[in-house]
Amino acid sequence: MSRAPRIPVYRGHFGPAQAERLLWRAGFGPRPGEENRLAKKGLRGAVHSLTHPKRDRLIGPKPVDDDGHPIAPIDAWGHDHLWWLDRMVRSNRSLVERMTLVWHDWFATSNAGVGSQRLMLQQNGLFRSHGLGSFYRLLLAVTKDPAMLLWLNGTDNEKDAPNENYGREMMELFTLGASRGYTERDVREQARALTGWRNDWDDDKGPVNFHYDSRRHDTGTKRIFGNHGHFDWQDSCRLAVHHPKHASFFVGKLWSYFIPVDPPAATRGALEKLYVRNHYAIRPVVEAILKHPLLYNGPRMVKPPVVYLAGMLRARRRGIDTDAWTWLSSQAGQQLFYPPNVAGWQDDRWLDTASFLARWNLVGRVLRPSVLKDDDKAPLNADKLLARALEYWGRPRLTPPTKRALTTFAHHAIADADRKWKKEQYPVLIENALRHLIAVSPDQQTS
Amino acid sequence: MSHHDCTEHSRSALLRKAAAQAGAGLPDIEPGMPLPAGTGLDRRNFLARSLGMAIAVYGATSLAPRALDHGIAQALAAGPPDTVLVTVFLDGGIDSLSVLFPHGDPDYRRLRPKLALADSGLVFPEDTRLRWHPSAAAFHALHAEGKLAVLPAVGYTNADQSHFTSRHYWEVGDTDPRLQTGWLGRYLDHVGKPDNPLQGVSLDGELSPSLATAKKPVAALSGAGEYSFWAPGVWGQVEERMLAAIGSLGSSRGHDKALAGARAVTFQSHRLRQQLEPFNGGFQPPVPYPQSNSGFPDQMAGLAAMLAAGLPLHCVALSANGGYDTHSDQAQDLSDNLELASKTLLAFQHDLEARGLGNRVLTLVWSEFGRRAEENGSDGTDHGAAGIGLLMGSRVRGTMIGEFPGLRGGLDEDGNLKATVDYRSVYCSVLEQWLSTDAAAVVPYAKSFARVPLLQ
Repeated sequence: MSRAPRIPVYRGHFGPAQAERLLWRAGFGPRPGEENRLAKKGLRGAVHSLTHPKRDRLIGPKPVDDDGHPIAPIDAWGHDHLWWLDRMVRSNRSLVERMTLVWHDWFATSNAGVGSQRLMLQQNGLFRSHGLGSFYRLLLAVTKDPAMLLWLNGTDNEKDAPNENYGREMMELFTLGASRGYTERDVREQARALTGWRNDWDDDKGPVNFHYDSRRHDTGTKRIFGNHGHFDWQDSCRLAVHHPKHASFFVGKLWSYFIPVDPPAATRGALEKLYVRNHYAIRPVVEAILKHPLLYNGPRMVKPPVVYLAGMLRARRRGIDTDAWTWLSSQAGQQLFYPPNVAGWQDDRWLDTASFLARWNLVGRVLRPSVLKDDDKAPLNADKLLARALEYWGRPRLTPPTKRALTTFAHHAIADADRKWKKEQYPVLIENALRHLIAVSPDQQTS
Repeated sequence: MSHHDCTEHSRSALLRKAAAQAGAGLPDIEPGMPLPAGTGLDRRNFLARSLGMAIAVYGATSLAPRALDHGIAQALAAGPPDTVLVTVFLDGGIDSLSVLFPHGDPDYRRLRPKLALADSGLVFPEDTRLRWHPSAAAFHALHAEGKLAVLPAVGYTNADQSHFTSRHYWEVGDTDPRLQTGWLGRYLDHVGKPDNPLQGVSLDGELSPSLATAKKPVAALSGAGEYSFWAPGVWGQVEERMLAAIGSLGSSRGHDKALAGARAVTFQSHRLRQQLEPFNGGFQPPVPYPQSNSGFPDQMAGLAAMLAAGLPLHCVALSANGGYDTHSDQAQDLSDNLELASKTLLAFQHDLEARGLGNRVLTLVWSEFGRRAEENGSDGTDHGAAGIGLLMGSRVRGTMIGEFPGLRGGLDEDGNLKATVDYRSVYCSVLEQWLSTDAAAVVPYAKSFARVPLLQ
């Protein structure tokens, strides 16, 4: 392997605050105390532990539905979401799960068009196993993946009746970017090259027997990006990945999942070189991004809804024990296996007045099993109540304006307790309210 | 779908269900019963009744009835805006050559050997080559009532065939991929209020990009009657304090963009909760809407109720039911989705008329592009260029705008329909004729787009 080009590495203090941010960006937030343990490894050790994780292990209680039964991810509506959310909460390989989420968004396939949780989970496994490997291999695997073949009409695309859907989105959304180095002619020629996939239909099982049928493939000459040849689906993928505009697309898009501002030009160029020299390997690029100064001293990012939820469950060491996470996540704008369209979720538009309410409701559901009852006891002291509510969430760091707003609320609410029964009752209500307000605060919506 | 759909309801769905049951014993709001904006008594009557249902729903759990919030009183005091613009998006690129199909065009059956529709008998009077899709009888009726203007080929030259790019062009009102404000957002930045998020409302449950502003607040919600904040184990005075604290959490800003954005959304949510508080008990439309699992009929019915209550809504954006990216098996999908969408729009128009609001509302129906004239081999159609646009309202000049260019000579080199009206001509005309604003302040190069007469 050739020597990596020079890419800036964060040189500041790597303490619990930095480790906490890394855990949110490259995973789903810390379990209680996890940021302290990770900080002790130092930046390089911490990133290495994420990109070279130990054998897959799930830690904590197994997922069950509202009735306490094991979940049925292939059969029961919404249990696909629970199944993956459980992995986000319990897996010891946080970055692998986070990369799986990146690829789910990148090659956004929705079960709304596929209609088979079995095929969606099969595709999910593909993202998990290729997640830090070669992008070229990943693209090949995705191109012949049954869920994708159904989603973008790959098995409808045959030589006598080409269907442009996959060929277009493969260039526009997966490898090159809109209007970057291809023409409408290339779209049509790619569609021809991609012909040949088919499946059968079984009245009980639905779509089955996905395979390549050379009789359906257009064997004629195609002209793609100025190259002539009897191209097939593998050529189609190869030409897209070897296209001079691919590396910049890949680096820019991958970077945007971890850092909300564009990379400096020099960094971008160096990352592109790193990517191409390593034969389109994903892991080295991810490692470089996770060590970059902008991840630690750059601006915050809004947490995607499932990351926000998985993080709260991790902080509480709570397993999956209700079906409600599926529809609550959907209201917050992110039901797993149902991205809004083939471009994936809009990562810069997570928060608005509707999704804020949905996040409020997510928090309420997280709080419910441990909510303080009217006959529980809590101190008649605003500052103590705030300290207790922070302890509940594993002592997250708060910005001064948020701390001020919470303190003011607690003091005013204590002052309302002008009767004996209120002095006994209100502290409990205030502590419940503080737990809720901390979790929905702007500080906790971002990392 | 499994039994989980039956057992799992969102809290708001339960609330609506319970509200309907609780409301069974209450007198209906009769069709045509005037609930005009500006007459406080009627409005309070309506709202108070809703709150009565809300009490029945929440019972002892948590929420106490509260007096109408000072915030909504203030928002209402100014009176609702004279005009409301509603935009309805048909997501995926609806096949205009099926919605209003060229039955009399000699090339139609050649290009659409499998998908060509049989004569529906729903003749389009201004171009008798055209027929409405059998599932679009509601559009036929609206056009016959003179309340539907029809653009059979709206779009732009050199149409981009990417969903996302073309949709973006429509949303921002320019063929500039980098523009980050929506055309309605720029309009609201130009004329809107600094503290009324209801002036621009997305009913999709997420911000509609066409409403994205640079300065002024706008809101997103999934429907009327669903916007309340409930916390387990919190009630009474403490709950009141907690709800106020949401506003405090959002009241500072700072330099960090994501943090400032989260704070702004927090504050806007607080304001919106105050404004929508009266709707927590639900509402009853004066005309029937189609029954469906889709939220679209409920959203439109809720919108009419909000307008009737005099809420200060000015620009509203939402998506219709269904997806229209019919690459395969087009016939059934399109028929089902089109039927629900068109019937809902008809119900909305009649709802507005029954409430005396017909003259205040203009509805624009759009899609990011039409579809290719020639069908593909999967019983579907691929991405095209120009498509159909509709304008609905009591004051609309219910005629054809532009013309249908025909399939011979009317197609571009990719075999897609050419536009006979540019979408920015429509935007400029809406801004000037409906919203009384100089289009040049909102739409780039506004001068270069011809204006079309929209109103009677």
